[in-house]
Amino acid sequence: MENPFNIFLIGVGGQGIGLVSEVIARAADAAGIAVHGADTHGLAQRGGSVSSFIRLGDKAYSPMIMRNCAQLVIGLELHEALRGCNEYLIDKGTLLCYDAVWQPLPVRLGLSEAVSIDVIEKECESRNIKLYKVFKDNLPDSIMQNIVVLASLLKYNLIPSLKKENYIIAMKDILPEKSFSLNLSLFEEVLNS
Amino acid sequence: MKKLNEILLQTDSFSEVVIGNTAIVRAMMESGVRVVTSYPGSPTPEIANAIQSIPAEQRPFYFEFSVNEKVATELAFGAAMNGHTSCVFFKSVGLNVAADSFIQLGFFDIKGGMVVVLGDDPGALSSQNEQDNRHYARMSYIPVFEPASPTEAYQYFKLAVQYSRELQMPVIFRMTTHVCHGKEKVNFGKWDNKPHDTTPRFEKGKTPLIPITTLALEMKRKALEKLNSFSSAIKNASFLQHIINNNSPEKGIITSGATFLSLMDVLSTCAHPPDILKLGITYPLPIDTLAEFLSTHKEVKILEELDDILEKEIKSLCYDRNIQCKLIGKSSIDDWMGEYTPDKVYDILQRTWANLLPEKIFVKQSTHISPPRPPQLCPGCGHRPVFTATRKVLSENDITVADIGCHTLGYLPPHNVGQILLSMGHSTATACGFSLFNTERKVVAFLGDSTFFHAGIPGIVNALFNKHNVTLVVLPNGTTGMTGHQDHPGSGKNFNGETSAITIRQVLEGLGVKNIRETGAYNQSKYAEHLEASINEEGLSVIIAEHPCMLKKTKEQKRGETYKNNKINILQENCDLLLTCISSFACPSFQTEKGKKVWVHEDLCIGDGSCIQTCESKAIKLKKEK
Repeated sequence: MENPFNIFLIGVGGQGIGLVSEVIARAADAAGIAVHGADTHGLAQRGGSVSSFIRLGDKAYSPMIMRNCAQLVIGLELHEALRGCNEYLIDKGTLLCYDAVWQPLPVRLGLSEAVSIDVIEKECESRNIKLYKVFKDNLPDSIMQNIVVLASLLKYNLIPSLKKENYIIAMKDILPEKSFSLNLSLFEEVLNS
Repeated sequence: MKKLNEILLQTDSFSEVVIGNTAIVRAMMESGVRVVTSYPGSPTPEIANAIQSIPAEQRPFYFEFSVNEKVATELAFGAAMNGHTSCVFFKSVGLNVAADSFIQLGFFDIKGGMVVVLGDDPGALSSQNEQDNRHYARMSYIPVFEPASPTEAYQYFKLAVQYSRELQMPVIFRMTTHVCHGKEKVNFGKWDNKPHDTTPRFEKGKTPLIPITTLALEMKRKALEKLNSFSSAIKNASFLQHIINNNSPEKGIITSGATFLSLMDVLSTCAHPPDILKLGITYPLPIDTLAEFLSTHKEVKILEELDDILEKEIKSLCYDRNIQCKLIGKSSIDDWMGEYTPDKVYDILQRTWANLLPEKIFVKQSTHISPPRPPQLCPGCGHRPVFTATRKVLSENDITVADIGCHTLGYLPPHNVGQILLSMGHSTATACGFSLFNTERKVVAFLGDSTFFHAGIPGIVNALFNKHNVTLVVLPNGTTGMTGHQDHPGSGKNFNGETSAITIRQVLEGLGVKNIRETGAYNQSKYAEHLEASINEEGLSVIIAEHPCMLKKTKEQKRGETYKNNKINILQENCDLLLTCISSFACPSFQTEKGKKVWVHEDLCIGDGSCIQTCESKAIKLKKEK
């Protein structure tokens, strides 16, 4: 794995991006990898664009990633995935994108075009980005899409040094007991699908 | 689940991945801090979240959210004068509120020691400005510690307490957003959970305590003398003035705080990196260390986020000591602005020394740009119907004055309500100013409930006292919403338990406000009626339009498993595509395919029903959970 290995996460306030980032950070720590990071807090959480930086390896100092220096971008929503791609992903990098749409205000007001998965595919093609599109129907709560994302990271080995047991320890650390088993079975289901 | 309280309450040393805000809570415990106070404000509220994880009876110190930053500072001061080590924390601009009392702190022998934690916000990521609070240190003769990372925050905090106690003087502990929210593994020490001395040790008469006439000067002299003692005490603390020797006698860089980490990142690919002097204390400056560094380098760049405070002091040091070093400070307005992220530091260094750094990674230009996503009022927010109805009652030319809180977001389209903003609690008085000589444009001010108690009341008293002619709309939601749902005097709860709620209506009645009208915030027609009446009468009129914060309420319901999964449904056969639900009400749950169809986003809708009244075609229906 490159050192540092930079991961940029992006989504909409309310999607629970903090959970994904906390699991990755703790999983990396469990794997013995130095980790730095930072989440957006405050104002932007009110339905705005929210993001999180994670940097793995002992050659990272700042919690922040430079523009277009992330090897992996995780987008929990299509508009945000495109934004994350444009701002932080290197050419030939990897985009994991959850196929959900929460229309931003200018789209709802008819002032801007919505971002579709086609647009993202074209963008990825033009910049040689490996695209992993994930989605799961009929989740009991939309917040559980985060578990689908985490399982997909493992399934496609997108963070090369992290093993299954690292993810599971991290999830166990931060999820309340009663939701842990429910989330774990979803994690396994996605992993084996 | 690893519980934060269990992590923090360990008596043995341990290590854990935490954010800076959590790290300093353990530092408070280990260094025997006894009283902690605050008013919520980003980037610091997670300090309180970590404190809250510890049940009150196990908490080794007293904590409260005070009514505002000034009160919080006074509480911490009183406790420290009685011998209890104290700490007050708040956001950058909170210091402006606290300033009247804060500025005096250096005048006293603060027996227990007192640390003022500031969450400064370079880049104004969640504040109304990015003010550089190091200026305040120089006005008040109070030293400044500046950690760069969560690990340093933990280590420096303990030192800050130590120096503050030894010298019986206040210290500023200046964190910035990415120190507060930066996350890394921190190695914590042991916690000696011993009983504390509760004796009130306040001593009268030994030193002046009332700064009037000549005593104020005597007290000032003492503050300056203490600052000198502090300088001597830190003189040899190499840990706080860290030099990274890259064998570069030509080039050196002086920096501090999180900017240091950005610099380290940028230099990680540099073939011949300059030497670095990283300052852990930025006031008073370690003069000898600086002089040594400056005189051993040909050129020195002062890499300083926000204002040119170090730059000026270093320039004057070079003059005083006749040091022949080429100093490179700020060269453009942009250097004064924004957070010194790795990108920003790269650009600055590129301008400073053209060939120092390798080229940035080139990426292909994106062909598609994602539309911006401004923050919004949450689904079910009580402010939304109020703004929708306000727009209907007021004419385009009328003036609406916003205050600080979630309701500030009303300024965004399509509401455009709340057109100007100054500071916490300003709205009534600013509105009164707008009303002078003005009979043709109605003036309406808005105010949230936490802000009402924080700094909103004097403006209301003044409007009565001086007989101003404005309408104030108070929007209680029962909590301090924007900063993560902290209780306030109107909540009926404080940080530590139940308390009697102070009701806004009773306060207003007590003050003598004659025209008070109330309505649930969802009731647009009632509110509109009240607003119409209020703007057309003389004097101060107040409308209270209340609705609980639905983000908080929904979270609590989900946690308590009482959440009803009701949803709004659009009856497509009734929908005439008027789009008022989007263009005037603007709940983010409404999605549209280019105005040709409207539907409700199931992940966003909470089934509150506040939207039903906005649809003239009666296409919005509530679908109750079966």
